[in-house]
Amino acid sequence: MNAIIPSSARSFGRFSRRDALRTGGALVIGIMLPMGGALQSQGAPPMPPVDPNAFIRIAPDSSVTVLIKHIEFGQGPNTGLATLVAEELDADWSQMRSESAPGNDTLYANLFLGSQLTGGSTAIANSFMQMRKAGAMARAMLVAAAARKWGVPASEVTVTKGVIAHAKSGKSGTFGEFAADAATLTPPADVPLKDAKAFTLIGRDKPLGKLDTVAKTNGTAKFGIDTQMPGMLTVVVARSPRFGGTLKSFDAADALKIKGVVAVKAVPTGVAVYAKGMWPAIQGRNAVKAEWDFTKAESRGSAEMIDAYRAKVKTPGTVAGKRGDVDAALAGAKLIEAEYAFPYLAHAPMEPLSGVIQWDGKTAKTLFGSQGPGLDKGAIARTLGVAADAVSIDVTLAGGSFGRRATGDSHFAAEMAAVAKAYGPGAFKLVWTREDDIQGGYYRPVMVHAMRGSVKDGKVAAWSNSICGQSFAFGSALEPLIVRNGIDTTMTEGAADLPYAIANMRCDVHVDASPVPTLWWRSVGHTHTAYAVECFIDQLLVAAGQDPVAGRLALLTEKPRMAGVLAAVAKLAGWGSSSAPKGRARGVAAVESFSSYVAQIAEVSLNEDGSPRVHKVWCAVDCGVAVNPDVIRAQMEGGIGFGLGHALYAAVPLEKGAATVGNFDGYRALRINEMPEIAVVIVASNEAPTGVGEPGVPPIAPAVANALAALGKARPSVLPMVTSA
Amino acid sequence: MATTLTVNGQAREVDADPDTPLLWVLRDDLNLTGTKFGCGVAQCGACTVHVDGAPTRSCQLPISAATGAITTIEAIDGAEAKAVQAAWVALDVPQCGYCQSGQIMSAVSLLKDNKTPSDADIDSAMSGNLCRCATYVRIRAAIHQAAKSLNPQEKAA
Repeated sequence: MNAIIPSSARSFGRFSRRDALRTGGALVIGIMLPMGGALQSQGAPPMPPVDPNAFIRIAPDSSVTVLIKHIEFGQGPNTGLATLVAEELDADWSQMRSESAPGNDTLYANLFLGSQLTGGSTAIANSFMQMRKAGAMARAMLVAAAARKWGVPASEVTVTKGVIAHAKSGKSGTFGEFAADAATLTPPADVPLKDAKAFTLIGRDKPLGKLDTVAKTNGTAKFGIDTQMPGMLTVVVARSPRFGGTLKSFDAADALKIKGVVAVKAVPTGVAVYAKGMWPAIQGRNAVKAEWDFTKAESRGSAEMIDAYRAKVKTPGTVAGKRGDVDAALAGAKLIEAEYAFPYLAHAPMEPLSGVIQWDGKTAKTLFGSQGPGLDKGAIARTLGVAADAVSIDVTLAGGSFGRRATGDSHFAAEMAAVAKAYGPGAFKLVWTREDDIQGGYYRPVMVHAMRGSVKDGKVAAWSNSICGQSFAFGSALEPLIVRNGIDTTMTEGAADLPYAIANMRCDVHVDASPVPTLWWRSVGHTHTAYAVECFIDQLLVAAGQDPVAGRLALLTEKPRMAGVLAAVAKLAGWGSSSAPKGRARGVAAVESFSSYVAQIAEVSLNEDGSPRVHKVWCAVDCGVAVNPDVIRAQMEGGIGFGLGHALYAAVPLEKGAATVGNFDGYRALRINEMPEIAVVIVASNEAPTGVGEPGVPPIAPAVANALAALGKARPSVLPMVTSA
Repeated sequence: MATTLTVNGQAREVDADPDTPLLWVLRDDLNLTGTKFGCGVAQCGACTVHVDGAPTRSCQLPISAATGAITTIEAIDGAEAKAVQAAWVALDVPQCGYCQSGQIMSAVSLLKDNKTPSDADIDSAMSGNLCRCATYVRIRAAIHQAAKSLNPQEKAA
């Protein structure tokens, strides 16, 4: 069957032949999306019209494929965005499919970020109105087509679970029957959206199984690393063992003797080994003798950096948040102090960075788990010296990311292009091994927080928080997104905007520089600010003789949603009414991140060696309208496990500017025997939906620390909590 | 130097160095990409296959030693495999999904050996399989659910 390009699509002129072929015979319903008022009211910039083909394809068999503009790496957009379309389309869930949208900033920009970028837990939030409108417009066009054919008023045509019907005449039909006719119609300028009370899919668990689950249980799901092309060479790169080192010289003679090694070439990041398969590539790299210039390399270890930061936070930094007069409030008061040090953390997604580039000398076709195709496309084009429209990105499934696949410098995309450029025309799969991944930087930066506070008359009277660490924002492509009034907000989020109503507070920050590349890491600044804030507020409340839950609630009268999750988790766990079994204690923490609110209570005992054992975690989340409740629960479960594993075990220590761990033996991750039981409650809300990919992470570490305090131990001042395992 | 392997019931001849780990021959030579690379040092379990029914880390098995019958995620079959896959779907276990081939291979082996695994049995059989998304709560629940479906008489208990 030939692909049919609807007239409504042609008029916009962005429908490429490649897109037509991709439809594989499916009809295309074009949707023209004006910007919704609701999004603008959330502060999103006005957006140019969206290409009509961008989001929905209805095939003759009535299957509805939604092109998902956000990368799927486990957080659920393939299901979530399809749910939004299906709801307004009145489709049956069984007819829904999802497919990753290709890299195209014009069509698929994140409406909050202005580029096709997945991050900040914004996938559902920025798509909520856009995808619903797309679904509603497609529905209106199907209805109009049916009404025209049947000769009945469109107002009398209904759509229910994928069936278009006219009750008076007894006529009915499927989406597939009317898709071709619908595609010839002009998309309606305005369409009404459902009232939340009328939702049949949004907010429901079943039958909404995730659209990608089956493929992920039988080996058919294709990730970037699974791409194969005829004649493709596999490439690994030897990079400087110390951060900031550059290649001086190399000797490839031994590498080239290895069967399967085809070429060895210098690239800007080191020495690239090209081979027929991964194993000879690895063997070849082992045989390369490379000399490095460490003149500009990092010479410090992470322990020295932490020491330097500890000295820094004793001096005044740039003020990021301030209320009242903290110096006056602390003067003469009994000082309560704490200090917390946080290590470098690798994201270590299960699928290491990998991708395929096909380069013919003029154009490049790439397939990889690109989290920011807008940025990545530019980096590939610049590296190859071609225009951006000579580069295509097919976004694949990615085996996790946790922030790792979105970088301001698009270093992986650029390296992929450099590998192709150095060799010449061909197809290349660039793979980072696990060691490359864990030793390759782009870490959650080392951070130190110094806390000073006081209590007076049974209340928290003063709060001072000084922060020092590296910034990944200044000087990067991410700077416009992140820096406000000279402050890297990812260093201070959750701390400068302290949620607790303490009359005298100050948060200041010091910025260190290092050749060690750092990056956002699932929940970004909250990975450390939540620990500092939630541990210290607990410490102050205990010092003031207050209950950790009641004491927090008293300071959250201006933050009803934060108070709401705290009250909900306390109820779920029976805080105050039921006590932990003997030998166990409970700790609580509550964090607002990415406009979602999560509170957790952890029940903890001590192992024989004194390390914490987390038995159970109760979790309450308020993320506005809950689009896919089961995905939300899954993200809370996963966020808790991810946060807990790192808080207990994970660090990438550096010595003389080089990482000292390289795989999961040294970089410990949580295993099934260490996973607590988890109970999640979703707080009902009519607020606009917000994200869940990250907000499950921040509260768990301080909740465990506060439980340790309840067991009579100190709240750990250095993470990870378990240093020898 | 050709090596003959028995993969998913078929004899497959591959021209690779005998030291090559089975993982890379499966993925690069036989295009069986359901078996995943996660660490290369038997720390994560993403590369788990069955060799004569036993869960095996293919990243550590040179093809010269892979003399048994190799089964990958693409070809697992039988009551246990069906039950495990059905439970994985029913509970929507996967998030990113990358580790799940290995998780499922380990879970199927567990249920072949032990029809009624306890939580401790699950810990023991599954702790070599990392999931960075931490889908462990659902992996555990799905194994229990699969076990129940394989033991109808247990349902009433």
